Amino acid sequence: MEGNIVQMGAYIGAGLACMGMGGSAIGVGNVAGNFLSGALRNPSAAAGQTATLFIGIAFAEALGIFSFLVALLLMFAV
Amino acid sequence: MASETQNTAHAAADAAQGAAHTAQKAGMPQLDFSSYPNQIFWLVVALVAIYWLLTRIALPRIEAVLADRQGTIAGDIAAAEDFKRKAEEAEAAYEKALAEARAQAQKIAGETKAEIQKDLDAAIAKADAEIAARSAESEARIAEIRDGALAAVDQVAKDTAGEIVAALGGNSDASAVNAAVEQRLKG
Amino acid sequence: MATLEQEMRSELTFHPMDQFIVKPLFGDGPVHWYTPTNATLWMAIAVLAIFFMLVIGTRGRAVVPSRAQSIAELSYGFIHKMVEDVAGKDALKFFPYIFTVFLFIVFSNFLGLLPRGFTTTSHIAVTGLLAIAVFVAVTVIGFVKNGAGFLSLFWVASAPLALRPILAIIEIISYFVRPVSHSIRLAGNMMAGHAVMKVFAAFAPLILFSGVGIAVTPLSILAITAMYGLEVLVAFIQAYVFTILTCVYLRDALHPAH
Repeated sequence: MEGNIVQMGAYIGAGLACMGMGGSAIGVGNVAGNFLSGALRNPSAAAGQTATLFIGIAFAEALGIFSFLVALLLMFAV
Repeated sequence: MASETQNTAHAAADAAQGAAHTAQKAGMPQLDFSSYPNQIFWLVVALVAIYWLLTRIALPRIEAVLADRQGTIAGDIAAAEDFKRKAEEAEAAYEKALAEARAQAQKIAGETKAEIQKDLDAAIAKADAEIAARSAESEARIAEIRDGALAAVDQVAKDTAGEIVAALGGNSDASAVNAAVEQRLKG
Repeated sequence: MATLEQEMRSELTFHPMDQFIVKPLFGDGPVHWYTPTNATLWMAIAVLAIFFMLVIGTRGRAVVPSRAQSIAELSYGFIHKMVEDVAGKDALKFFPYIFTVFLFIVFSNFLGLLPRGFTTTSHIAVTGLLAIAVFVAVTVIGFVKNGAGFLSLFWVASAPLALRPILAIIEIISYFVRPVSHSIRLAGNMMAGHAVMKVFAAFAPLILFSGVGIAVTPLSILAITAMYGLEVLVAFIQAYVFTILTCVYLRDALHPAH
């Protein structure tokens, strides 16, 4: 019985952890959207900033991946 | 049921490996530390193999090809420049020849024109002289005719006057009549 | 004891992580450090693919490249330019290692997308080693090149004096978190995509046991297709991101002053 409660808590925690991925989705969308609006204002400067774009996306995405990892750990490792 | 049996089977396998995490369910394979030495060892082998391939064979070859291509392109561009220069030279020569030919033509045209003008002038002069001669001749004849006519008028007047005098019954003295007519004609 | 229905339902079990298990290639014994495993096999395939692309592909040494040769040259030019632009000209002597890492990651990612493939880069052990190698190398290069001047990386000279110690602590923490995020980003992305595809794949055979499957099966197959397309993109972008972050860290080591 106790084990079941622990398992339930773990699964609920995994579900909650998945909310972090939504946050990272907002972050990634923000980065890409702002890049696009800037690029449309000044298309000639856009090509030189794609590296920065990807770095920004990677940093924003990494946090979502962390929450996904927490969910996985709760599901499979706890 | 089935998952339970699987768990027990897994647990048995884990126990066979002597690993401590027998209580785990499926678990994350990424956190199965017993496989780490294996992966790290083979990763190092793979990286060394790739690094060796790159530094010994691939990179020098690609660099050589790129340098070669750069050289070829530079050579081609130089050759193209050369051809362009030659074409420009040829164009300049052509322009020069054209200008010369044009000058020549203009000179010839001028000469011909001068020659024609000369001939024309001569012809015109000749014609003028002829015309002058003819008109002088004509004038002379006109003068002659007029003189003739005047003389005739004189004669006719004298004759007419003599006849008129005779008709009026006078004694016509020819010389007096003539003198009177001349007197009148002059007057 | 198990009825037919129970047996059928037991078919719909989810093992999204089973694809990542490292198993010996031959037999069922324990995994020693020297045992040839499926990870070994797929790393070897990656090395072989790189060999085919970069060595066999360029053997013509043609001035006008063949298709394979131009792929090799494109990848070379791509990373060469990245290293030069991001990390500076003096970083070009580390170019072979960066190119090695990029090729290994990009080939492992794409090979992992093959059905029944094994994604070596989905393992923390692999990406962790790659990231720690970069971290240690960058730290060593930083101190060798700049001596104690490397520490100016943590001392933000443009900030107000009062803020600098706090910023220094934050910078130091973020410096030591680098290998963690560097490795988990790659492994997590790979793991996540493959696990999600596996979850969708587990729904796909539902049509065999249940009427709901008529709706669920086509949807899940569509979802797998869409995820696969996304994963193809992610496979390249994660290799690109790993490489470009390596270049960024290397620039910090070579020119610590911001």
